[in-house]
Amino acid sequence: MSKLHAIVIGAGFTGVAIAHDLALRGFAVTVVERGPIVNGTSGRTHGLLHSGARYAVNDQESAIECIQENQILRLIVPDAIEPNGGLFIGITDEDMAYREKFIEGCAACGIPIKELTPQEALRLEPNLNPKLQTAFTVPDGTFDPLRLALAFAASAKSNGAVFHLYTDVVDLLTDGQGNIVGVKAWDRATDKRFEIRGDIVVNATGAWVGHITSMAGISVPITPTPGVMVAYDQRLTQRAINLLNKPGDGDIVLPQRRMMVVGTTSFTIEDPDYVPVYEDHVQLMIERGSNLIPALRQTKERGAYMATRPLIGASAPGRSISRTFKAYDHKETDNVEGLVTITGGKATTLRLMAEKTVDLICKKFNLNIPCTTAETPLLSYRKFYVN
Amino acid sequence: MTEEKWTVKFVIFRKKGDQPPRYDSYVLEVDPDEYVIDGVERIWAFHDRSLIFAHACHHSTCGACGMRVNDVEKLTCITKIRDVTTNGGSLKIEPLRNFPIIGDLVVDMTRMYAAMDRVHAKAVHPLSAAPLEGEGIRPPKDVPRNNGDEYLRLADCIECGLCISACPVAGTAENYLGPAVLAAAQLQGLKHNPDLLDLVDCADGLWRCHSAYECTAVCPSNVDPGWRIMDLRRQVVGERIKRWFVKA
Repeated sequence: MSKLHAIVIGAGFTGVAIAHDLALRGFAVTVVERGPIVNGTSGRTHGLLHSGARYAVNDQESAIECIQENQILRLIVPDAIEPNGGLFIGITDEDMAYREKFIEGCAACGIPIKELTPQEALRLEPNLNPKLQTAFTVPDGTFDPLRLALAFAASAKSNGAVFHLYTDVVDLLTDGQGNIVGVKAWDRATDKRFEIRGDIVVNATGAWVGHITSMAGISVPITPTPGVMVAYDQRLTQRAINLLNKPGDGDIVLPQRRMMVVGTTSFTIEDPDYVPVYEDHVQLMIERGSNLIPALRQTKERGAYMATRPLIGASAPGRSISRTFKAYDHKETDNVEGLVTITGGKATTLRLMAEKTVDLICKKFNLNIPCTTAETPLLSYRKFYVN
Repeated sequence: MTEEKWTVKFVIFRKKGDQPPRYDSYVLEVDPDEYVIDGVERIWAFHDRSLIFAHACHHSTCGACGMRVNDVEKLTCITKIRDVTTNGGSLKIEPLRNFPIIGDLVVDMTRMYAAMDRVHAKAVHPLSAAPLEGEGIRPPKDVPRNNGDEYLRLADCIECGLCISACPVAGTAENYLGPAVLAAAQLQGLKHNPDLLDLVDCADGLWRCHSAYECTAVCPSNVDPGWRIMDLRRQVVGERIKRWFVKA
């Protein structure tokens, strides 16, 4: 029997992880991406390998996903991760009022934490706000977004996946009865147009899923929710530093190479294709970031950027929507065969999102092939380019 | 950033498949404190959807967005427009040199990745092997270890290719390992990695370098390949002398 052919639209975190999972489970895979690998939301992520502690109080489903995937990614893709842990620090009495809930939430989600005295915390990270009242260690990490994605893409490629980068999907191919049988593509590197036919089309375009589903006359409840991040030109900690409070703006400061990155804000938009970096958001990042690490104020801005989260649900305020993900089989939701959409989620849960999506695809084809991505070390990111 | 607005003409190198290259101009209103990549992305978003360019992280951790800006290699996500042109001025944006062009501003950097693989360049280092000289944190020897483990950090070299594009030798010697690669070998040290010796001590290795130091001038990520190549020569000479005595 010839292999089933899956066409994955999008080479963000979800797309590359799905391509890897599909290839491991024996599918022929073609990835179509309009830019380079992770040029949209995924590349512009903060870079926090979440321990899940951030969501342990208000969004425990996401928190449990995060801690499990955090532990898996450390093992399968070590060369994209700084695994130095993180701290949640409480500074004000309001932060301290969150302490009990935080301890209970982390326990409920299986996130290992340890409380430190202010002196212990300052010894580990001398640049923390000296007014801190408490600190908790958490198993956070930071990752390089491009190399994380390339490791999945390289592994997919070694199992036969074909990548068409700089190639737009300009339309979906149908069988005349509204069912999807492939895509019409435009390779912008060579200015050539062509068609790709497949057994299933996977829409893994994150905040852009609506662009693709609208080609089939389908809408998906998704709220593109951008946030601004600012990088500063000096490394001031070894660990990820989080504010001990419910998730808010500018309450995570991450070390990465020789930088610190502060993020983020949250607002909603209609079209994620281009969102400017707003000056007032940049100002807010230095205000909030220097609450955690005062020395940031004396540090030069290195870069400012924006990424658009794909939050599931329509027009609810950004921080209250769950950070978990959802895969839709459009046969079930819209009576359109041949198209699956996956959206929502977080960078930390990319592998799990792929597992659930490919499970759904296997079920559609009555295949019983288990997922092995959690046990399969990924190739070096360079193998995406080097055979 | 400010409320200031500048008018800047972006002159962009274009090439599709076998078609001859050309330059397209786009006049944009910009905030001078925006970064060059923001202007390029807006050209794609609002003026010409056929444009292709590489980018990912937009804050200098991934190394994807290297381009030549007014004839100088820049990581465009951390290059403020203010620093490379003037109000009413222009920005010539071209792909990196010394790599094959895939299309428009995108090049194929396989040459560099393959060479980085050959010297086993590490993506993540223990802090002691890649110290943070002059940074705002206490030196690692004073900071307690992380539950008994060494701290790890992502390497300084982001494999952006700027040094290979700027290198006057890389353009004429296609098998030359190149600055980033030799710097990665130096960082590991020949003493602990003797298998690197033959790879770097040859005509396409560190003796090809003409000490132009263009690599160091354009490096956006504190690697200083020029200095590292000179240091690697010192290491090679040391190893040669050592071997001479061992043979005798």
